Amino acid sequence: MLQLLAQQAPGELEAGLTAIGRGIVYGGAAIGPGIGIGIVVGNAITAMARQPEAAGMVRTTMFLGIAFTEALALFGFVLAFIIAG
Amino acid sequence: MATDLPLSQTPAVERELVFDMVKRGVWFAPVILLVATVIWGPQGTASAAVAIALVTLNLLLAAAGLSWAAKVSPMALMAVSLGGFALRMGLVCIVLLVLRNEPWINLVALGITLVVTHLGLLFWELKYVSASMAYPGLKPTADKEAVVS
Repeated sequence: MLQLLAQQAPGELEAGLTAIGRGIVYGGAAIGPGIGIGIVVGNAITAMARQPEAAGMVRTTMFLGIAFTEALALFGFVLAFIIAG
Repeated sequence: MATDLPLSQTPAVERELVFDMVKRGVWFAPVILLVATVIWGPQGTASAAVAIALVTLNLLLAAAGLSWAAKVSPMALMAVSLGGFALRMGLVCIVLLVLRNEPWINLVALGITLVVTHLGLLFWELKYVSASMAYPGLKPTADKEAVVS
């Protein structure tokens, strides 16, 4: 049974490792920005609640923060597709 | 949590930011396409065009969603921010999955253009935003100017 499981076709190990790497790259790149956007928006809402008159400035900063954080996800996403070829 | 924040009274700053970025993106697109053509050939041109369209659509969707949510409530803002992020990444995923095996697409060119255009437009906009923290959300209105004078 173990011998049967240990059998592999040529290139199978490489393909498997590539798939695992792709998953790690995209998984890592999606978790980070998800947490980051949560922190950015959460703090922006707190700031707007404390100082409503500054809402315009807070939203400007928040939007740019979201967009920059999103760039990290794009990095990981693109890299995952390039690794896969 | 106060749901009666006067968020709806603030201007749609996200739209203003994104319209600025899209205008600059359209103006700068020929240069990006030219560079992509020189480096990667015709495949690079097509890939760069797709990437620029994707970045523009991504920013417009983000701005539309956030501007709408800000008028509704802070909870909607939180939900649209995180949900919109997931949806927009899903959109990018679908586009890449559909296009990755097309013969006229170069994935490296598409990926590099996607990231460079996104970051480039943001840094370009940041230059104007950091020039004045009042831009564009706290821009003086006619009423405020009248009160001051």
